[in-house]
Amino acid sequence: MLARVKVIAAYPITPQTTIVEELSKFCADGRLDADFVKVESEHSAMACCIGATATGVRTFTATSSHGLLYMHEGLHWAAGARLPIVMANVNRSVGAPWSIRCDQNDSLSQRDTGWIQLYCEDNQEVMDTIVQAYKVAERVSLPCMILLEGFSLSHTTDIVEILDQELVDRYLADSQPENRLDLEDPHSFCGTCSPVPNAYFNFRYHQQKAMEEAKAVFKAADEEFHQVFGRRYGPLETYRCEEAEVVLVTSGTITSTARDTVDDLRKSGQRIGLIKIKMFRPFPSDEIAALLAPYEKVAVIDRNLSSGQGGIFAAEIKAALYNRKKRPALFGFVAGLGGMDVTPSLIEDMIRFTLENESPPADILWAA
Amino acid sequence: MNFSTPQEDYVYPGHQACPGCNAALAVRFILQVLGRNTVAVISACCWTNIGGAYPNTSLKVSSLHSLFAASAAMATGVRLGLKRQGKGETNVLVIAGDGGTFDIGLQSLSGAVERNEDFLYVCYDNEGYMNTGNQRSSATPWGAATTTTAAGNLEASIKKNILEIMAAHRIPYAATACAAFPDDLKSKVEKASRIKGSKFLHILSPCPVGWGYPTEYMVKMGRLAVDSKVFPLYEVYDGFQYNITLEPKGNPVREYLKLQNRFRYLNDDEVEWIQKNVDKEWGILTERAKIRKYIKDQDINDSVEGKYKGI
Repeated sequence: MLARVKVIAAYPITPQTTIVEELSKFCADGRLDADFVKVESEHSAMACCIGATATGVRTFTATSSHGLLYMHEGLHWAAGARLPIVMANVNRSVGAPWSIRCDQNDSLSQRDTGWIQLYCEDNQEVMDTIVQAYKVAERVSLPCMILLEGFSLSHTTDIVEILDQELVDRYLADSQPENRLDLEDPHSFCGTCSPVPNAYFNFRYHQQKAMEEAKAVFKAADEEFHQVFGRRYGPLETYRCEEAEVVLVTSGTITSTARDTVDDLRKSGQRIGLIKIKMFRPFPSDEIAALLAPYEKVAVIDRNLSSGQGGIFAAEIKAALYNRKKRPALFGFVAGLGGMDVTPSLIEDMIRFTLENESPPADILWAA
Repeated sequence: MNFSTPQEDYVYPGHQACPGCNAALAVRFILQVLGRNTVAVISACCWTNIGGAYPNTSLKVSSLHSLFAASAAMATGVRLGLKRQGKGETNVLVIAGDGGTFDIGLQSLSGAVERNEDFLYVCYDNEGYMNTGNQRSSATPWGAATTTTAAGNLEASIKKNILEIMAAHRIPYAATACAAFPDDLKSKVEKASRIKGSKFLHILSPCPVGWGYPTEYMVKMGRLAVDSKVFPLYEVYDGFQYNITLEPKGNPVREYLKLQNRFRYLNDDEVEWIQKNVDKEWGILTERAKIRKYIKDQDINDSVEGKYKGI
C-alpha cells in the first residue's frame, strides 16, 4: 500500500490469505488506489503481474508453498524480462504429504529463478523490506521476493510502526522501471532470440551483473532507509560474535529464538555468537566468508533440506568459504521442517553438540 | 465493404512465416483494422517466430511475448497497467495458436473471460502443434494424421468446440473467421474493437506444412473449409445470440479433404461419416441462429456499450 502499487493479482492459499484479504479490503474501501485482480491460479497471478509491470506500473502479489511452485515458470519469465515485481511468499512446507506449516523449501527451491530473495524475522521487518524491495528491484530491474514464515508471522499479531506515506513516497520517488511497453516507441519484448545464440548468453550475463549489483544497491537502500526511518537490517546481521567459540547462523524467525538463547548462554559465561542471513539471493558470499573466517566453529540451522545434499544455507556457506585459507568447521543442522518447533533447548543442544565435536560427523545433523 | 479505419500495414514484409501461412495473413488483416494504438500479447506459438527474432520484430506495434499457458492472464495485466496510465483506449490483442488456447492456455483464458477482461483474444487455429512440428492438439479434426497420430492411430477425438466454450462464458462477443474471407474477418475485428469486455475470435488458419497441401492453395483451403460448412463463419453475442455471417456454398466435404495429405488414409465410409457430422453441426448452428425470442435489441446495445457485465 505504501509503495502505491497499481495492480495486485492474487490467488488464495493458506497461510498467505490474510495478506490478500487485507489488500482486497484496502482496494475495496479506497485506501489503496489499485486494481485487485482475482485470478484463477497462481500461474496466472504471476503472468498478470508480468503483463502489468511490463507497462510500467508497480505490481504486487503474495503466495505460499504450492502456489509459489505453480508460479515457477513465471518466476523465470519475470526475472528474464527484467521486471521489478515484488512478491511476498509466506514460507510453508511442500507436499506430499500435505502440511500447511512452515519451512523454507518452497522459496529455496526457487533460488535459481533469478529473483532477489530477502528473508525476514518479524512483521516490522516484512513491512520495511517490502518498501526497500521496490527501490532495489526497480534500480536493478529484477524481481524481488520477500520471505516470511507461515503462521509464526502470517497469523500472529505484532505491533508494527506504519511508515509515513510522505516519507515512503520520497524514498521511492527516484526509482523508475527501465523496460516498459511504449506505445510511441514500439518494441518487442521477450520474443525469441534463438537464431542469435550469443544474444541469449548476453541477456543472462547482464542479468547476473544486475544480481551482483543488487548487493550494493540493497546496502545503499538499507542505509538510506535508516536515515529516513531509523531502522536498518543489512544483508547480514551479527549479534554478540566477539570471541565466540561457536557462531550460530540462522534465517527467519528462528533468529529471534537463537538471539535469546545466545543472551542466556552469554549470561552463564558461554561465548556464543549469532549471524542472521537476510539476503539469500544474491548470496552475500564474500561478506559471510569474511565474517566467519576468524572463528573455529560455526553451526548453521536450516529450516529446509535439499534432498540428497543437506541444509541449503549450510551448503551455500560452505561454498562461500571454500576459497578461504582459514575456515571454520561447519556443522549443518536441519531443524524445524514442517513447522516443528525450534526451541531454545533444541538450539542449546545444537550448540553443545558443536562444542563437543571436533568436526561435523555428517553433512546433515538432524535436530529434533 | 468500406472501412473507416486506415488500411496501413502493421506487419512488416520479411516476417518469418512459412510460405502459404494463413496466420501471418490473419494478423496482418487484424492489425489493419486495430491500427497503431495496439499492444500485442503473443503466446508461445508460430507467431513467436513470425513476430521476428531478436533484435528484429515484424510488428509495428509493441508486443510482449507470453508464457504458453497464461497469455490471457498476461493480457489482463497489460490491460490494467495501460488503464492505470490513462491508456484505456489502447487495444490489447492476444495472438495465440490452438495449442495455447484449446489446451494448455484454456485455464487462464477461461479465468480472464469469466472476469470479462477487456481484450481481443485471437486464436489462429491450424489444428495442431505446428510450431513444434505438427503434433495433434485438441483442435485436430477426427481422422487427421499428424506426427503423434500416425497411420493406424489417426486422431480419434472430435475437435473441441472452442467457440461454444467461449460462448458458454457469456462473453460479449465471440466469432469465427478466416483470412480467406478478409471482409468478414475485418468487419468482425472492427465490431469487436467497439465492444468493451472480452472478445474472442476463432480463426481457421490452414497450414500447408502440417496439412500437406501446395502453398498456392493457401486461400483456397480456407474458402473450401467455409464453403463445405466444416468451418462456418458466425458470431455469438453474449453467449446466446447467434448470427451466421456468410452463407456457405455447400460444397461436399470430400472436396476439402482430398486436397490435404493429412486425410489421405480415410476411406469412403469415413469421409461420409465426416460429411454427416458436418451436416449435423450445421443443423445445430442454424437452429441456434433462429433463437431470437429471449433477446431484445437493448440487450445487444448494452453489450456493445459494455454495460452487460458492469464494465
